[in-house]
Amino acid sequence: MTVRLMQGNEACVEGALKAGMKFYAGYPITPSTEIAEISALELPKVGGKFIQMEDEIGGMATIIGASVAGLKSMTATSGPGFSLKQENIGYAIIAEIPCVIVNVQRVGPSTGLPTSPAQGDIMQARWGTHGDHSIIALYPNSVKEIYEITVRAFNLAEKYRTPVILLLDEIIGHMREKIDIDDNSKIEIIDRKKPSCPPEKYLAYAVREGEIVPSMASFGEGYRYHITGLVHKETGFPTGNENVAEELVNRLTSKIENNVDDIVTYDEYLLEDADIAIVAFGATSRSAKKAINDLRAEGYKVGMFRPITIWPSPEKQLLELSKNVKRIIVVEMNSGQYFLEVDRIAGKNTLVEKYGKINGDIIKPEEIEAIVKEGHNA
Amino acid sequence: MPSQLVNDYFRQENLPHIWCSGCGNGIVTRAIVKAIDSLGLKKDDVCVVSGIGCSSRASGYLDFNTIHTTHGRALAFATGIKLANPKLNVIVISGDGDASAIGGNHLIHASRRNIDITTIVYNNNIYGMTGGQYSPTTPCGDKATTAPYGNLDNTFDLCDLVKGAGATYIARSTIYSPNMIQKQVENGIKNKGFSLIETITSCPTYYGRKNKKGDAVQMLTYLRDHSINTVAYNKLSDEEREGKIVVGEFHNSPKPEFTQLYDELIKSMAKED
Ligand SMILES: Cc1ncc(C[n+]2csc(CCOP(=O)(O)OP(=O)(O)O)c2C)c(N)n1
Repeated sequence: MTVRLMQGNEACVEGALKAGMKFYAGYPITPSTEIAEISALELPKVGGKFIQMEDEIGGMATIIGASVAGLKSMTATSGPGFSLKQENIGYAIIAEIPCVIVNVQRVGPSTGLPTSPAQGDIMQARWGTHGDHSIIALYPNSVKEIYEITVRAFNLAEKYRTPVILLLDEIIGHMREKIDIDDNSKIEIIDRKKPSCPPEKYLAYAVREGEIVPSMASFGEGYRYHITGLVHKETGFPTGNENVAEELVNRLTSKIENNVDDIVTYDEYLLEDADIAIVAFGATSRSAKKAINDLRAEGYKVGMFRPITIWPSPEKQLLELSKNVKRIIVVEMNSGQYFLEVDRIAGKNTLVEKYGKINGDIIKPEEIEAIVKEGHNA
Repeated sequence: MPSQLVNDYFRQENLPHIWCSGCGNGIVTRAIVKAIDSLGLKKDDVCVVSGIGCSSRASGYLDFNTIHTTHGRALAFATGIKLANPKLNVIVISGDGDASAIGGNHLIHASRRNIDITTIVYNNNIYGMTGGQYSPTTPCGDKATTAPYGNLDNTFDLCDLVKGAGATYIARSTIYSPNMIQKQVENGIKNKGFSLIETITSCPTYYGRKNKKGDAVQMLTYLRDHSINTVAYNKLSDEEREGKIVVGEFHNSPKPEFTQLYDELIKSMAKED
């Protein structure tokens, strides 16, 4: 056992390497830069490649290219760069190219507060790229969890042939915590399914019976095929056919939406007897936990639901929760983005409130305690 | 009956192509395929990456590993592919707008890195796909749908641009001389570094019509009459140089190549252990 003191951003790279990352491309931006720096240091040691591109658009395009050539690939950025990546994230969705995009969030809009934490990209993660689509976005809350969830991000990207977004908080990205890296031999690693048929039989975008996604050949392996961001047939070639368009977009969405039970993970804290539930994720959930402990000591029956998979949202679980509590308070470092989702799901059964902050300051336990008490007395 | 070349290298299920009659893109595409054929490259080892535009549709017609990417980003996708698998011969097909407007940043940086990618720009002096807006290569004063009173912008000389940025093989040709295109593409592929071949192609539908350049044959004749090689060009006076299209190989000067340097880095790290 080797317990190490590790920064969140470093744990992200360690997790990526554990998952089999062999390629990183990106453009530096606070508070994500350590992810690029450590990748540059570590990748050549394991035969992997790092490239600093001329901008984030290029970084995103380049990891898609590397993934097409067979390497597990990642990029990392923050708000301004996340905006620039959106067009090519859509490309990875429609062309079904596995890759991982890390967004260590900061206060926006625009350059905002470059070194201050925010959780303001919840909706951009969901709807940042144009057109109808589904997306997978994960949100860890500790250094150890960043490690594990980064592995999971790669696994889901490979399994569902889709970009996976990892939302990190500056607070945890830059925080150091103890983590036992050796204690992970059991971690499962998933690789994309390769075609087993001869090249002349290969239909690059046909889903075989019993499979979730088409099998994926790498360029240079003898399966010559075509990839495009246009609506395409099973052959991979473009078409303007309305039925094919509808079928494709539906398939891309349902491969995620039909598998939420596999994709969604979450954490519950003291919810068994709770009549008040706090919904929080990332760094905010840690303040919430402290607040809950303090409130419990004072007799409040309060607990927490923490989505680790933010998108697709844990709809079933939130609906269940809404039947068991009198109040849900969504606490997040934005002005109520995930609140919209929680309210949509739970609002018909219970009171859903929001508490947000957008000034670059973290949400402290005392604030959460006050909010709980305030509503309780009213 | 399709020719042997078409049989061997084109995806016939995707033909006919989308290009207008009189468009020069077919001439360029054929020349590229002839270059690949004459170099004897295995189809499995060739990867064609294109952006968005009329010209960028070429990738879908070719029987290689092909990827039609996003507008302007072909070189960034290609950089990922080449770095991930340096054994692939990576060829980028791009329009003048794709390569030098929206994709201009990637063009200069791919040149600077000297990554082994052969880029062929189909320069028709206009945005074809979107119906005839001016591009960075639309001559000053010429008309486009977004330059109804004549283009006020100055133009890029793509070959000078990538020379300044560090490309190691640079050439220009026109669709009047398909053999020259072929030769240049061959040499570009042979160059282990970043190669740019600018081919001047004609768009009778938009650029031609907007600027009263006549039909496809007249536009080809124009290219014949205005192309000139460097040696002859250098002998001309300033007035005589006006309107000339300088063709030929301008630069062929190998330098260490990016993906090779990276592989050497990986090897050196393995030794240290
Ligand atoms: C991000 C983005 N912006 C704009 C467009 C619209 N668009 C498609 S092709 C094109 C210009 C194509 O011109 P060029 O690159 O010169 O190629 P050509 O069609 O002339 O071969 C434009 C503006 C787009 N597809 N994507």
